[in-house]
Amino acid sequence: MTDQPLVSGPDPEIDEQALGALQDKGPMAPPRSQWRDVWDQFKRHKGAIFGGGFLIFITLFVLIGPYIWTLDAQKLDIRAKDMRPVWTLLWDGSANAAWAHPFGTDQLGRDLLATMIKGGRASMAVGWAAMILALLIGTFVGVVAGYFRRADFWLMRFTDLVLSLPILPLLLVAVTLFRQPLRANFGPETGMFILIVGVVGITSWMQTARIVRGDILALKEREFILAARSIGTKNSKIIRRHLLPNVISPITVSATLGLATAIITESALSFLGVGFPSDFPTWGKLLADAVLRMEQFPERVLLPGVAISLTVLSVNYLGDGLRDALDPRIRGR
Amino acid sequence: MITFAIRRLFLSIPTLLFISLVIFLLLQLAPGDPMAQVPLTVPPEVKEKMRIALGLGEPIYVQYWKWMVQFFWVEPQVFIDWLTRDSILLGWLPDTSLYDGRLRMISWQTRGPVMDLVVQSMPQTIWVVGMAYVVGVLIALPIGIYSAYRHYSVFDQTGTFISMIGFSIPPFFTGPLLIVIFAVQLGWLPSNYNTVHEVNNWETFVYQLKQMVLPVMVLALQTTAQISRYMRSAMLDNLGQDYVRTARAKGLREGVVVMVHVLRNSMIPVVTVIALGIPAIFGGAIITENVFGVNGIGYQLLIALFANDIPTVMTLTFIFAILIVMFNLIADVLYGVLDPRIRYD
Repeated sequence: MTDQPLVSGPDPEIDEQALGALQDKGPMAPPRSQWRDVWDQFKRHKGAIFGGGFLIFITLFVLIGPYIWTLDAQKLDIRAKDMRPVWTLLWDGSANAAWAHPFGTDQLGRDLLATMIKGGRASMAVGWAAMILALLIGTFVGVVAGYFRRADFWLMRFTDLVLSLPILPLLLVAVTLFRQPLRANFGPETGMFILIVGVVGITSWMQTARIVRGDILALKEREFILAARSIGTKNSKIIRRHLLPNVISPITVSATLGLATAIITESALSFLGVGFPSDFPTWGKLLADAVLRMEQFPERVLLPGVAISLTVLSVNYLGDGLRDALDPRIRGR
Repeated sequence: MITFAIRRLFLSIPTLLFISLVIFLLLQLAPGDPMAQVPLTVPPEVKEKMRIALGLGEPIYVQYWKWMVQFFWVEPQVFIDWLTRDSILLGWLPDTSLYDGRLRMISWQTRGPVMDLVVQSMPQTIWVVGMAYVVGVLIALPIGIYSAYRHYSVFDQTGTFISMIGFSIPPFFTGPLLIVIFAVQLGWLPSNYNTVHEVNNWETFVYQLKQMVLPVMVLALQTTAQISRYMRSAMLDNLGQDYVRTARAKGLREGVVVMVHVLRNSMIPVVTVIALGIPAIFGGAIITENVFGVNGIGYQLLIALFANDIPTVMTLTFIFAILIVMFNLIADVLYGVLDPRIRYD
């Protein structure tokens, strides 16, 4: 390539171009912040936008819902029991449905919309709390293992050991066995909440720990850490000020996946009958309770099931988009 | 390679010991009294004697040691005896009669050996779960290959969407949903798995197939979702490589390039993922077994848990752990065998 003449003759246009290229122009576009780039990449992932939007919607739905739909989820109204949702009126004019209970009522006359909101609150609360607990443990283990060489071997062997535990059977065992004492000490609802958040959090931190450790190991050798250390920065400060901000993106991605697994695990436990008590509904519990009469009242299974599935789906898509957006190699392509 | 496999095998022993200790201590710490089911009319001193007879009076480390002896010494003896006496495979060997009548692991529910329960329920699990896994993998591989080959096509987008859905819809929702659609509304398939059903002619065979369809579908959906994702990304990694261009340049047919050159290289990580997923699907099958009433080991575990049957729970959980450790080992060794670029030293 190089042996070809660049300009074959006196061509003023090309000459101008060549001269123009030699001039030292400043950057035309104003500088862009990193988060602006991330957002631009994120916007291009349609699934992620949908996922994020739905997650915000469902969070607002369960947070603000009780103030808009003020019916008490626990109120028994035996005269209005077994009502169908309003949309059944579309094809069956004689159905027992009314706008007073848009989603219908259950066999004890509890309003299904109010129960769904309350159950969503519980499910989301369990999901978020367990995810945050798992993140805290995972980040702590990962940072310590990555930063302090002496701790690395044992912490990572321990992580491998926990990874080879049979999680779902152990969860079942732990929840069944420790249900009674925690209920006695903290009350049926708080006790169960602590127990489920605790066991789900303790059993799902391993992936985060591994990812964080890998990133810390690579970051630790970089010059800016050396610079920080050379001016006498303490270890704790290096970790907080320099390392943690740099591993925030893998942590965010594993946070979304953690939220999805936590919601599914809680629902699975409720479905198997070891989760929350029946008077404290979560989506999983609502689904489990409704399965027996599913033929007559399919909406009671469908509504919580669809709610769980859509939430998990949107969280998964959100994680997918975040992974793309936070990865500087993909960004800008 | 062999030294690596042997070293990994030895390393898995402390792992299993640790797991057994975790399971044991968890069950020890837990409240719950095996004597709770005994009638109140039984006087406390008799209850105390019963407790000691169950071995509960000993210190914890003695109990742990005895459980280990039962699991790793007495039960294998019984198993080898059975192999050389009753099984078709090794029945021609002389009867070893290693088992000397020592106490086996006794279930508190059935008052019989726990291993009998395992032997009874294991085939159900293996049939349903194994079949689901095979079906799932067989569906997933072509989907993954084709959607990587036609990257960003409609097929690829649809496949990605469906596998996302497969990830996200939990089996306790798909299970009842499929029951209502196929068993109740359409009436094509039975909703419950009949465990005592015997296959002896064509009709019973068809019934057996029919009753397996729904649980297999539920389990296979999840497997397909996962494996097809892995297959797709492994194929995408390889399709851009230089050797693919070389193969095309020297005039190989497209089918050969994709199905021989690329596929072989892409299968390496996928095979290990398939091996790693087997224990997870055993664990995940607990829910599916409960939805359809398959009397497998997951179902047994749940029953034993509710009945406070500690020995059964301990044994079943430990069997799950052994499966996980074993398949981790298999995956590691397979990776080395399949990929000559990997050297373990």
